[in-house]
Amino acid sequence: MSTIVLLLITGLGLGALYFLVASGLSLIYGLMGVLNFAHGSFLTIGAFIGWEVALRLSDGSWWALAAAMLTGAVVGALVAAATEFFLIRRLYNRHIEQVLVTVGLALASVALFEGIWGTDPTYVTSPSWLGQTTEILGARIPNNRFMLIVVAVLVLVSIVLFLKFTRYGLIIRAGVENRLMVTALGIDVRRAFTLVFAIGGAAAGLGGVLASIYYGYVSAHIGGSLLIFAFIVTVIGGLGSLAGAAIASVLVAVLQQFANFYLGGTGDLAVVLALAAVLLLRPRGLLGAKA
Amino acid sequence: MSTSTSNILTVRNLYGRIEGQQVVEDVSFDVPDTGVTALLGRNGVGKTSTIKSILGLIDRSGEVTLGGRRVDRLPTHKVVQLGIGYVPEDREVFGKLTVAENLKLAERSALLNRALVEELFPDLVQRQAQLAGTLSGGQQQMVSLARALLNQNRLLLVDEPTKGLSPKIVGEVAQALLAAAKTVPILLVEQNLQVIRQLADRVVVLSGGRVVFTGEATELLDDPERIQRYLGVHSGSAEVNA
Repeated sequence: MSTIVLLLITGLGLGALYFLVASGLSLIYGLMGVLNFAHGSFLTIGAFIGWEVALRLSDGSWWALAAAMLTGAVVGALVAAATEFFLIRRLYNRHIEQVLVTVGLALASVALFEGIWGTDPTYVTSPSWLGQTTEILGARIPNNRFMLIVVAVLVLVSIVLFLKFTRYGLIIRAGVENRLMVTALGIDVRRAFTLVFAIGGAAAGLGGVLASIYYGYVSAHIGGSLLIFAFIVTVIGGLGSLAGAAIASVLVAVLQQFANFYLGGTGDLAVVLALAAVLLLRPRGLLGAKA
Repeated sequence: MSTSTSNILTVRNLYGRIEGQQVVEDVSFDVPDTGVTALLGRNGVGKTSTIKSILGLIDRSGEVTLGGRRVDRLPTHKVVQLGIGYVPEDREVFGKLTVAENLKLAERSALLNRALVEELFPDLVQRQAQLAGTLSGGQQQMVSLARALLNQNRLLLVDEPTKGLSPKIVGEVAQALLAAAKTVPILLVEQNLQVIRQLADRVVVLSGGRVVFTGEATELLDDPERIQRYLGVHSGSAEVNA
């Protein structure tokens, strides 16, 4: 029983991390039809700069962690908005060029991060409570998993409230359905594009700081490795569906944890098989729109 | 064809392309600043593409002037902000938004014709909270018309508003357009000859992507030979066809 509880809650924690990356990917694809392979770079730079700020404040304190999270989100948002404004905006409806540019940016940014912060992982110090465990039904759960879950739920609720109750949220929801018609109502949908990139970048940057707590370090490759699973989550959840991304994040992460434990470390394989099954049986994903 | 100060819209040498294919070819016509101008032609001659070219929804070249101001180099949203209401073919309501949200999205300023919309479409007031995707085709057309009428526009572009609707709803749509035409000029694409007879003051006929006839509506509609030649139907037919 305790093992199942442990796997479930750690799976939820990992799923929270996937969601922070996948939410932006899903919104960006839903509104703009852009598969953003550079999304992992927003996560990595958010993590690096977040921890740079934390180091300079007071390493290992809650105050420093809060500053790191805020900085990570702001840096992720700014870099993502700049990417949309300077690179992607010229390439809407040019899907091959989008892929080439975003893949190129992802590769170049890893090289840049390695040039600045080196190729070795940078180990981070977080508040001591996050390194401890809490016992639930006999299972000793790492405390950082609880923080991941709480932050992801807050991000999900914030995005849902934003989409539901603000004018830009309305524009984004309408744009996901029919971008041209939004324009034909006299709305400059490009502003919404930049905003969605910024929101996705903020979630990724925040996710970068939290990922470094989860793994215990930051590296130039942390965004790329999480991006693969975020893409899988986005496809399984249904491209463009935030709720789908949230559900798929949890399903994928829990499946991965259980397969790793019970099937001899085959978590990644199980996730790929699940992706294949979804693509074969329900190509639009769990909650994706019909083609 | 000369540009007159009484024209709200002038179109000169307009070309439109979709994925490199020419769908509008050297189209020129005027829309007066009152009444309903019907843009007619057989199926596939480029009526919808002409409307989309005016709005910049497809690649275009040529000259489009709204109220004396060139708009052909402006992006779609800026053209619309200058005072155009657009009712697209197939309604294109946002199915996952409520009726109220569809209308809210269309609001461009604080000066709204809310009373007119509520008077013309009382059913929509009752269905504010309903998802637009769950409405009937006729109700969706009401939402689409209401979105266009909500703002104080200088011109309405209305594309096949009665397409696929029951005769009763066709009558309601025609009445709504008739009421709207008292306050704003309309460029109307329509296939239903009865509706054209009811609404149109002037007609512009396209064939092969070009304008082949412009004039008073009665000049065309009272001439069976012209109707047959330009629209491919007998004057007693209900629908323009190919």
